[in-house]
Amino acid sequence: MSLINLEAIAEQYKKSVSKLQRRIIVCGGTGCIANGSLKVRAALQAELEARGQHTTVELDEEEGAEPFEGTYLSKSGCQGFCQQGPLVRIEPEGIFYCHVKPEDASEIVEKTLLNGEIVERLTYLDPKTKQRRPHENEVEFYTKQTRVLLKNCTIEPENVQEYVANGGYVGARKALAMTPEEVYQIVLDSGIRGRGGAGFPTGLKWKFTLASQSDKKYVVCNGDEGDPGAFMDRSVMEGNPHAVIEGMMIAGKAIGADEGVVYVRAEYPLAVRRMQRAVEDANKLGVLGENIFGTGFNFQVRIMEGAGAFVCGEETALLASVEGKRGMPTPKPPFPAQKGLYGKPTVINNVETLGQIPYILREGAAKYREVGPENSPGTKTFALTGHVANTGLIEVPFGATLRDIVYDIGGGVIDNDGNITDDDFKAVQIGGPSGGCLTPEVLDLKLDFDSLKPTGAIVGSGGLVVMNKQTCMVRIARFFMQFTQNESCGKCVPCREGTKQMLALMDDIIEGRATGETLELLEETAKAVQLGSLCALGKTAPNPVLSTLKNFREEYEAHVFKKICPTGECKALARPEIDPEKCKGCAMCAKKCPVGAISGELKKPHSIDADKCIKCGACKSTCKFGAVKGL
Amino acid sequence: MTDKKILTVNGREVEFDSERNLLEVIRKAGVEIPTFCYHSHLSVYGACRLCLVEVEGQNGRPNMIMAACSTAPAQGMVIRTETKDIRAMRKIAVELLLANHDMDCPTCVRSENCKLQAVARQLGVEKIRYKRLQKENLKPVDTSSPSIQHDPNKCVLCGDCVRACTEIQGIGAIHFSKRGSNAEVLPAFGQGLGDVECVNCGQCAAVCPTGALVPKQDRDRVWDALYDKSKTVVVEVAPAVRFAVGEAWGAKPGENYSGKLVAALKLMGFKHVYDTCFTADMTIFEEATEFIDRFTKKENLPLFTSCCPAWVKYCETYYPEMLPNVSSCRSPQGMFGSVAKNVLPEQLGCKREDLVVVSIMPCTAKKFEAQLPKFKVNGVPETDIVITTSEVQRMIGSLGIKLNELEPEAFDMPLGFATGGGIIFGASGGVMEAALRYAVEKVTGQPLKSVDFKAVRGMDAIKEATLSTPAGDVSVAVVHGLANAKKVIERVKSGEKHYDFIEVMACPGGCISGGGQPHGVTDAIRRQRQAGTYVADKAAQLQKSQDNHWVEECYKEHIGGGPGSHRAHEILHTSYQNRSQIFDAKIPAMRGSDAKRVPIVITVNAETNPELGEKYVNLISDYVTAKGYASAIDLDVAFTSREHEVVVIDTVSVDDLACESALARIQTAIDDAVALLRA
Repeated sequence: MSLINLEAIAEQYKKSVSKLQRRIIVCGGTGCIANGSLKVRAALQAELEARGQHTTVELDEEEGAEPFEGTYLSKSGCQGFCQQGPLVRIEPEGIFYCHVKPEDASEIVEKTLLNGEIVERLTYLDPKTKQRRPHENEVEFYTKQTRVLLKNCTIEPENVQEYVANGGYVGARKALAMTPEEVYQIVLDSGIRGRGGAGFPTGLKWKFTLASQSDKKYVVCNGDEGDPGAFMDRSVMEGNPHAVIEGMMIAGKAIGADEGVVYVRAEYPLAVRRMQRAVEDANKLGVLGENIFGTGFNFQVRIMEGAGAFVCGEETALLASVEGKRGMPTPKPPFPAQKGLYGKPTVINNVETLGQIPYILREGAAKYREVGPENSPGTKTFALTGHVANTGLIEVPFGATLRDIVYDIGGGVIDNDGNITDDDFKAVQIGGPSGGCLTPEVLDLKLDFDSLKPTGAIVGSGGLVVMNKQTCMVRIARFFMQFTQNESCGKCVPCREGTKQMLALMDDIIEGRATGETLELLEETAKAVQLGSLCALGKTAPNPVLSTLKNFREEYEAHVFKKICPTGECKALARPEIDPEKCKGCAMCAKKCPVGAISGELKKPHSIDADKCIKCGACKSTCKFGAVKGL
Repeated sequence: MTDKKILTVNGREVEFDSERNLLEVIRKAGVEIPTFCYHSHLSVYGACRLCLVEVEGQNGRPNMIMAACSTAPAQGMVIRTETKDIRAMRKIAVELLLANHDMDCPTCVRSENCKLQAVARQLGVEKIRYKRLQKENLKPVDTSSPSIQHDPNKCVLCGDCVRACTEIQGIGAIHFSKRGSNAEVLPAFGQGLGDVECVNCGQCAAVCPTGALVPKQDRDRVWDALYDKSKTVVVEVAPAVRFAVGEAWGAKPGENYSGKLVAALKLMGFKHVYDTCFTADMTIFEEATEFIDRFTKKENLPLFTSCCPAWVKYCETYYPEMLPNVSSCRSPQGMFGSVAKNVLPEQLGCKREDLVVVSIMPCTAKKFEAQLPKFKVNGVPETDIVITTSEVQRMIGSLGIKLNELEPEAFDMPLGFATGGGIIFGASGGVMEAALRYAVEKVTGQPLKSVDFKAVRGMDAIKEATLSTPAGDVSVAVVHGLANAKKVIERVKSGEKHYDFIEVMACPGGCISGGGQPHGVTDAIRRQRQAGTYVADKAAQLQKSQDNHWVEECYKEHIGGGPGSHRAHEILHTSYQNRSQIFDAKIPAMRGSDAKRVPIVITVNAETNPELGEKYVNLISDYVTAKGYASAIDLDVAFTSREHEVVVIDTVSVDDLACESALARIQTAIDDAVALLRA
């Protein structure tokens, strides 16, 4: 077998696309596909072909073939701005169209592709300035980010040549020429810390695993992303799968492993498919297999689908699941670095961590450290969601502040009607079900692994939920409690029984049955679960409750002692009444009430029978005079 | 000065050596930290979280909270077994468990020795502030097994049973299912324990800290029989029972309480009290004869013992190809029931149907054995009721009898006389030793100089010995715990090892720590009970089963004159059933319409031999249709992962289906079964 020449592959690829006039990149991430982006792509293809335009959908180059011409209609991985999808980019102009539907295809082809005009109505409307932004480099959501890992997310994920043309597998080639010690040292020098939540230095993990003597070792990629609303890992696997494989190879070299397993949850079918395709292509190309780059290094990767248990994101539970056992954490030590998959030393890294590794090897530790603070260098992806104008997948350097994220990238906090109201910021929940809720005081806190610790929150895997002032923090805490309770594996007592009782106590608070003792018991239980649980998921399960208790105690107290939900979100505590001053006796509300709880004489103030009322709010939305209160 | 390894527990220095974790060091230091999920003979699980301790951080690092069960001891560690936070956490953990527990404590079988109660008391949990388990949310209790009852509402999910079943027995009949607070320990697909590959050994119940897994309680059936004036109720006492039954009254483990137990059973109203050791001796007559015969002919070796019904079911399920090697002797209980029902009615002057045979066993699997159709005559089991040691303790207690204060009484004759050979059946190695005492003497024709075969005694997992005899070297193995049995079988099958005779007992240490023995067995208690059996052996008038004159008399008068006779084969031997099908994966092929139908199950390996199942479905359905049996037959197809194709017609099994005569044998069996059904 001839050795792989990455430069030749890159050259060949560049040559093959050198004569293309245009490239249309339709977002092929899960979000955009769900919104119909593949139909948009098909419609664009049909329109182009109907107009006799030479169109290429897939670059299947043959050696020595003539370069492609005309339009290349490619798809990409997730571009992050799912809220605006389906997204269509047109290169080289950098035109950025949002919410594109198949029926827009003809206009796009006619105006933009043939006549160079912008289709105004498809361009991005800046929520702050209400101005149109036809080009991607004018969209703050993108311009305020620092995209390193996600940079490659506009390439065709199913084309390994394009990955190579963008510097792919150069890092692996470098690593394979080094000693394992040199490889982990570079990673150690880069200061990169695990993106899965705990922030353990990746190089150190590799060093420990290298030190474990064994005839067999494994590299496991943790793609069991389970936080509600988080999709960072999915996007990387869908959009840049080769980076993950390359990262695993480098890890394999560093620890002396020849086998890798990518554990992806089965709910990510596209990620599974793209990863599988990437493994096949890498094997075909010879960057996976035996004697890679002629170095004598062998490496195989297989994809394993998980059955969707949140707890399988915990490394020992994940390894049990890979072995075909029930996904339950086991006590550490022994750590996977000593006794992991099938009892062999194993490095287990998160998708995002592995995805960053090729860059570190290719560009060097110093270059990686140019971004981000000393203790947490590099960038981090977040799934930004909640009450912000722009939601989606973002990448920022560590050390960015929440203010940068919420107000610049996110475009500001919005109220329940979708209007940007800058003073409406109430809290941000960071770190998913293991994280905590932070208040406006921390808006200028520089985000990194260590700075968040005193606040009771964690970077976690990177969920960021922004909440406006109409959000009841008790309900938010309950939401996460419900999630961890459902997803507890049931092994250890504090997590299994504790989260269940915490949820029952939260329900007592929300439904008006709580007393001062309820709050005390909730706090006591939370501390016991935190102290006593077996794995990190259990230990962090009380965080949403504890952090809201700390930062929004008055809200809890209002629920408990005054039986009031300050935001009105807790229906059980609502006490609707009609203001006799405002009521004109029009009886519209009585007509709308589905349970006949409102009565009164025409043209005289009406009243609500509290026993019958189901607090649906129909009266409030009907009343033209704003007379219904307390809902 | 040697390098002593020392750590500090609560300010006191403790020396440690090979302890496998901190918990053992701490307990050695005299601090009894409560736990649910730690057993020294099972793997570490780390789920109950009660053994959390504070380990002082070294070199300025912060203190850490660690689970003592899963932390290795290290030189210089400084440990506090309790802090304010740990105390609070432990109490809350127990409070949480209690809130989710069906607390019908006064009526629970495990009320007296419930770990949950004990730990709650120890930690001073005095109220439950959480939402309690509501009666209407109780899950159904699984009573499908004749041996073990499973009440999920009392389960603390410590997983001890799961690990016992997997690690000791190598089975894994139960495991965790469902998630979070819905998690439950269940057999696969939520089936009942009676419907799966559970071998009924009861080791799950033996390690269960609460009343979630308990031996099936048959006490009331015994009381009903005792109070029924028309019945003559007799009882037999298994060897291992006497070395444990006194423990509830302060006796040391291993102390022989047989005399006191006889007295108590008489007070309870049993007409006669007999000794299972009598039929243990008889088992030696039969089994040693069988062994000598096979050894001489070199047929079906190694011979496996068949006293342990859990082992028998294990072999039927997992190694049906080894069934020809299993001794066809019934267990001592099986022999006793048979002999009693055949001999006693005449002796005691009662009708056979009015004789009730109760058996007191250290064992839960014996309950399963007794109700097998093959041990029933006219639908009535030969051993009517089996109760465990712990059940008889409760029955004695319920009468207000102080067992320890009773004057010992003797077993009734003739079925009450036993030699030391019968008594040592209770310990792992005992059956082998008694058989060797018999066989060696028979083969050499010389009286034994020493009756002790110490190589087969003790707690080692696999014990081996080779004896030189005039007939050649005899290699024997003794194994306890079915996971160990599996190892031995695999070695035999692969040719790695050759044995002539293998004793298998399912429970660790043998019957003395059976699933029906008093709760709370440790390795120390096992050794003490084992030691007790050998003390009793020495104290017995006779040590060799063959010297049991009463057994010989019984043979002469009732069982065809001697061991191996035709009559002996009729009433003292049995046959086995291939149970290797994958349970609950049956596909119905034919359904009859009669009220009573003959079940026929064709078990095939669908992977390697799918045609065979199809062939026999056609052959059998053609046959029963032609014979006009269709309304009286239920025909199912089941699957096995092993290569043991078999057709089971009611209780008759026909394997070697490739053999040409198989169909004829199946047809005969169908004819017989249908004829019996229609008679």
